[in-house]
Amino acid sequence: MAEAPRETVETDVLVIGAGGAGMRGAVAAALSGARVTVICKSLLGKAHTVMAEGGMAAALGNVAHLDSWEAHFADTMKGGKLINNWRMAEIHAKEAPERVLELERWGAVFDRTRDGLIHQRPFGAHTYPRLAHIGDRTGLELIRSLQDVLVHTPAVDVHMEVTVASLLTSDGRVAGALAYARADGRLILYRARAILLATGGAGKIYRITSNSWESTGDGTGLAYEAGAQLQDMEFVQFHPTGMVWPPGVRGILVTEGVRGEGGLLRNKEGDRFMEKYDPERMELSARDVVARAINSEVLAGRGSPHGGAFLDITHRSPDFIKSKLPSMYEQFLKLAKVDITKEPMEVAPTIHYYMGGVRVDAETGATNVSGLFAAGEVASGLHGANRLGGNSLSDLLVFGKRAGEAAGAFAGAHGGSAPIDSRQLEQATERLLAPLRRPHGDSPYRLMSELQEVCTKYAPIIREEKGLREGLEKVLELGGRAQLCGTGGPNGRAFNPGWHTAQDLHGMLINAEALFRSAIERKESRGAHARSDYPRLDARWAELNLITEKTPDGMAVRAVENKPLPYELTEVISQSFKRYTPEEIS
Amino acid sequence: MAVSQQAPGSAGADAVEVRNPYSSRPNWLYPSAIFVVFTAFVVYGVVVGLFETSGRYGPYLSPFFSPEIYVRVGGFLIPPGIWIAPFPLAFRLTCYYYRKAYFRSFLWHPRSCAIQEPHRGTYRGETRFWIFNNLHRYALYAIVVQMLILLYDSIAAFYYQGHLHLGLGNVVLVVNVVLLSGYTFGCHALRHLVGGSTDCMSCHRARYRLWKGVTVLNVRHELWAWLSMLSVWGTDVYIRLLIHGVLPHAAWN
Amino acid sequence: MARASTGDHVQQLRMSVFRGDASEGEMITYDVPVREGMVVLDAVLWVQANLAPDLAVRWNCKAAKCGSCSAEINGFPRLMCKSPVSDYGAELSVRPMRTFPIIRDLVTDVSWNYEVNKRIPKFTPSEKDAFDPQPWRMQQEDVDRITEFRKCIECFLCQDVCHVLRDHDRKDAFFGPRFMIRIAGLEMHPKDSLDRRPLLKNEAGVGMCNITKCCTEVCPEHIHITDNGIIPLKERVADLYFDPVRALGRRLRGGGREPDRGRSR
Repeated sequence: MAEAPRETVETDVLVIGAGGAGMRGAVAAALSGARVTVICKSLLGKAHTVMAEGGMAAALGNVAHLDSWEAHFADTMKGGKLINNWRMAEIHAKEAPERVLELERWGAVFDRTRDGLIHQRPFGAHTYPRLAHIGDRTGLELIRSLQDVLVHTPAVDVHMEVTVASLLTSDGRVAGALAYARADGRLILYRARAILLATGGAGKIYRITSNSWESTGDGTGLAYEAGAQLQDMEFVQFHPTGMVWPPGVRGILVTEGVRGEGGLLRNKEGDRFMEKYDPERMELSARDVVARAINSEVLAGRGSPHGGAFLDITHRSPDFIKSKLPSMYEQFLKLAKVDITKEPMEVAPTIHYYMGGVRVDAETGATNVSGLFAAGEVASGLHGANRLGGNSLSDLLVFGKRAGEAAGAFAGAHGGSAPIDSRQLEQATERLLAPLRRPHGDSPYRLMSELQEVCTKYAPIIREEKGLREGLEKVLELGGRAQLCGTGGPNGRAFNPGWHTAQDLHGMLINAEALFRSAIERKESRGAHARSDYPRLDARWAELNLITEKTPDGMAVRAVENKPLPYELTEVISQSFKRYTPEEIS
Repeated sequence: MAVSQQAPGSAGADAVEVRNPYSSRPNWLYPSAIFVVFTAFVVYGVVVGLFETSGRYGPYLSPFFSPEIYVRVGGFLIPPGIWIAPFPLAFRLTCYYYRKAYFRSFLWHPRSCAIQEPHRGTYRGETRFWIFNNLHRYALYAIVVQMLILLYDSIAAFYYQGHLHLGLGNVVLVVNVVLLSGYTFGCHALRHLVGGSTDCMSCHRARYRLWKGVTVLNVRHELWAWLSMLSVWGTDVYIRLLIHGVLPHAAWN
Repeated sequence: MARASTGDHVQQLRMSVFRGDASEGEMITYDVPVREGMVVLDAVLWVQANLAPDLAVRWNCKAAKCGSCSAEINGFPRLMCKSPVSDYGAELSVRPMRTFPIIRDLVTDVSWNYEVNKRIPKFTPSEKDAFDPQPWRMQQEDVDRITEFRKCIECFLCQDVCHVLRDHDRKDAFFGPRFMIRIAGLEMHPKDSLDRRPLLKNEAGVGMCNITKCCTEVCPEHIHITDNGIIPLKERVADLYFDPVRALGRRLRGGGREPDRGRSR
């Protein structure tokens, strides 16, 4: 008999995750009248969102007056290789400007145009300069602004450094969550009428990643275990430009803003190789294209000394670089001892973003589990096969708000939280505490590092069937070992990272398995999913999304047809957008 | 408030040799150097004020004795060196740079960053005794007047006994005024008064430009503070050496 | 990473780390193999993965953007992810921040900071601005000044080094440099309509700061906390509380706010 949680927290809406989507969702739910509890794995304000650098995409039309929601929608759909949930892309393009302006009224500060409006910078695969930004730390600005609103919303409680181990359900409806406080290891039972998942991605299943330790795919893991469907799990974005050297910093993000501000990509021979891959958009092509281009150059022996490409911004003045890319300047100077105003940077692709995630309703972020909602990177659909830079921050605001409101409304419509199934709770507690009772179990650190090796090696930028199958086998084998893993050392409950790692491993393994299974199924190359054995886009696959769900026989992947695009939106996509107004040209 | 105890000494902090990675100099050097130089300056000033009666040598007037107005109080003739001293003293005592310097070097609040302070008394910052530091702006007003007088002195020194005069002393006086200006017009209080108090810079273009200008000097306020103090000191030393005949009067005409 | 070995000259680092909790603890020394470009956080995480799986440490981004991995390296407050091992030679020590209670090993209880943050009223535009149907207009020069303050990543190194909190434990009287900067970012926001000077003078305790500038020295974001934040705030507080002439002027004008504050085009 496992110990029972001594602490119970009752709330209307439980928000898991306090990044952009979680905070925006919490505020929205509170405004709709619900009591909200936000829990986050780290301290408040440290969420992965703070690392978003370039900006948030919204068709404000402040810099390019021809920009419109239609253009933004078309860019998003084309970037996602048309596999996006078109309704999400439509909502996103239409509502993003409103959300950005709202954020400004909550205190966010953006760089300005000469007219005093929010400045917008060009970014990869966006037809117009569209990214509202402040230098190269837009994510931090978003977080601080939302944080200010959040902590001053009386209906919201924030529980920091709390990790959710399992969601609890009752008759297909969420009832609550079992969690533990990192500081002292005490168990907490949350009872909630509705739960909003806003846990971000799972980039940490790769070795070379721009993601922080938190991105262990908790949300997808929790949702999957609770019976929710996952979608598009094969689409994992490689950001084309991560740091390469020295080894300690490998994978740390180099913002696309560098290319947005004019940075040039060159190979060892000094050629601007993007001419070969996308002569029209060059460096500002979609991320999947640029990432594969760098990968190809390296494989062809034209890479930089440490296996990447050169990214050069030295033709811009030092003052310009320091004002537009201050944190990049600092990052390279401090961590790589490279002065980017004088020398080119060395960059290579790094794991960056999960397009896949929990399958949600476009309007509300509702999953197929009653009372369970998801928003942000953990949700799937908006970005299709490849996300455009800048679309994630606006995604957080647009769908964070919608899902928060929907969760609030759901909580309002349901008088109380669903009953807790005591057997379920007991099982969840048992699994959570088990590693503490296995002093001689495998080290979770070793398992995590092996998992990262497997994903890096068998699900790289260019995949093929044999490797994927091999990878899947290894993930399953690791999964078996993880069931018996310990904490790697002492078994105290107080801030024991060995124990925490054993927990994180659980979600990571679900994500890795879903990735391999879906990647095997999708027999074509589309966006971020590129296969050497099926190198072409296959029109038949454009209508299919891959759903991952839990069945009595384990994880199953099946294809479902996506809703056809309505005629008027097809028109929007095929339309060609003029870059400049006549006045802008003259 | 949930938290008001600190990490216990068991972290071994008391025994730590704190090494500031931003500076290769030992952390006692800065406070000690300041202590020595400031003390020396004050002692020099007191000696000059009490035992020297004049600051004029030919066309040159020492900043310690400017303006040359001797105040008579009940039979005593008070030289300018005494009655003028409070103004620059007040300006520098309340200056935002000197506050750092003396709080660190003289009062050890703290002596150096992350170095444990000796436990004594109750620390109240600038809320009780030191509250007068908030009047820095009034010292600034006074010092601007004095600056104008010193500017006049430095220009007047070019004209001596009906002739144009050009000597080493002129250079010394001009350099002194330039350095003092760099210090005075980079003052934090001035920066606030000219533009810092406004939130909307674009609504007040002229104030914005002034603010930018003061800011240029302000970022090196510490440097200007030192240079101007040394130059005032040096100017008086030079003139005093002339008065006492130690140095010959070097002039080009 | 086959290439990684070419430039590496492996050497040992002797790193002593504080292990323990609020009641007891000791410095334990670990030998860590050094790789090129290694930062102190890498070394700590290496120890965690290989020698001491329960070594408690906070970290997130490892790119100096989140401000989680604050600690005292050789007694001096720094971000571990931004401190190359090569800056220190063959030996170094890592301790938790001294100003806050220890939870375990390198992790401290920084919740006090979050309590303080709640006591600062949020960004509050004027009624007119709040309901303005048009997008706001502000010039670059209006936002440049507050942009610096908003760079803060809340690593709390400034709170840690501030002697008012560190040595005098006056958390009851002073919000600390981080929240001076927070208030500065609101007070100087062209669209914020609140007068935050009474807060500064009283609850936040701006007068407790004696401008010794250690906060500025340790700031990993290079925010000029004292020169651009605290001193201008002190001057604004002086406008209201310590300037007899202004006080007289206000009285003659019949009280009310200073002209031109919180206003914008």
